Amino acid sequence: MRGERKIRVLIAKPGLDSHDRGAKVVARALRDAGMEVIYTGLRQTPEQIVETALQEDVDVIGLSILSGAHKALFPRIMELLKEKGLTDIMVFAGGIIPEEDMPELKKLGIKEIFGPGTPTEKIIQFVLENVPKRK
Amino acid sequence: MKWKKKRKPLAKVEEIARGVLAGDRRSIAKAITIIESNAPEAKKLISLIYPHTGKAHVIGLTGPGGSGKSTLIEKMVREYRRRGKTVGIVAIDPTSPFTGGAFLGDRIRMQELSTDEGVFIRSMATRNYAGGIAKATKDAVKILDAAGKDMVIVETVGAGQSEVEIIKVAHTIVVVHAPGLGDEIQAIKAGLMEIADIFVVNKADRENADKAVIDIQAMLQHGDRETAWKTPILKTTAITGDGVPQLVEKIEEHRIFLEKGLGFKRSLGKAEAELVDVIKETVANSIIEELKREGIFEEVLREIVERKIDPASAAQKLLNKKFGKTH
Repeated sequence: MRGERKIRVLIAKPGLDSHDRGAKVVARALRDAGMEVIYTGLRQTPEQIVETALQEDVDVIGLSILSGAHKALFPRIMELLKEKGLTDIMVFAGGIIPEEDMPELKKLGIKEIFGPGTPTEKIIQFVLENVPKRK
Repeated sequence: MKWKKKRKPLAKVEEIARGVLAGDRRSIAKAITIIESNAPEAKKLISLIYPHTGKAHVIGLTGPGGSGKSTLIEKMVREYRRRGKTVGIVAIDPTSPFTGGAFLGDRIRMQELSTDEGVFIRSMATRNYAGGIAKATKDAVKILDAAGKDMVIVETVGAGQSEVEIIKVAHTIVVVHAPGLGDEIQAIKAGLMEIADIFVVNKADRENADKAVIDIQAMLQHGDRETAWKTPILKTTAITGDGVPQLVEKIEEHRIFLEKGLGFKRSLGKAEAELVDVIKETVANSIIEELKREGIFEEVLREIVERKIDPASAAQKLLNKKFGKTH
């Protein structure tokens, strides 16, 4: 009998805001879509997020941020991922992120950014379509 | 875009095994993924690292949801780190039988440990493992052991037989409990009473903590466990760390107790159980596959559904056909 390879997703909240309703809704939706979702809890440093992604060997990271500090925190996270050789993890983001910041963030390697009101089906679909293939 | 560049092929299993033995964190993570997905290279991986296992002391920590297990583990790990020990943690949460998904949230209380080089935390879902979650847990523990962790802590929600099976991987079983949980005694009765080496009443700052201690004491006296080890009941308040050094000390006492005598006997018992499990699984799978190939499996299956034969008789019929009438 062969076991199965599940999609493992890390939902992380970088920075200092303390609202995680959105992160939890997304976590739950992905879980109900059959994925294994690891949630970090609030107020995570980029180092903690990247180290967690490494230990948990996730395929996908979803970053949720409402504080406005994405321009400081996201580049640091992407830089650390590169440093640790984790560039094969797909990263997406959500929360309150002004449209004019999006191109810059995407250039860093963030695959997609979802704003408030995004239907969870859309996020599930996106993850299923973009999860990196493992050998 | 450079980010989209193709995923590096999974390094050879030998390379991952070497990495594990060197304590490389990425290799440890990849190794656990291999055994989790029961990939073909899983057996090879375990065979490579097995000679390097057996050094870690394995602690199984279980108890009802809401008893404060994760917070307690966080404090225990800090105490072990103060004592210069490295720690691996396997935190197990249930997979939904309906969707196959899982929410793994045990890390939330331990995240400050995640950047400590001497600590490795892995969340596992119970999935529908070939060989069961207990086997996958054993293998994950072996990987952390081989990677040089001094202590390995396995955390599960204590409810039901499968959790009891998981926790048996441990040398020292700690059953955590908190006052004010409605079904506390029920949860402990479900087979955990007999296997606990140490009881902890957590949230001991609550007023009915002493009553919880008395309840457990009463139940322990009814047990007829014959052993030289007297199961202690400790009080902790994980949120402040009160009682945690004493718990760690008690675990150390138990480790020494095992080493002195019972240790080898226990290891033999564990080894036997594991060997029997693997043989059962391997033999059963090969027989079932053969029967399926021959087509009689489906045939008998239909008869069971049509109520022409009961499952036990059907199994007997199949085995008789296969091996001749032996029973």
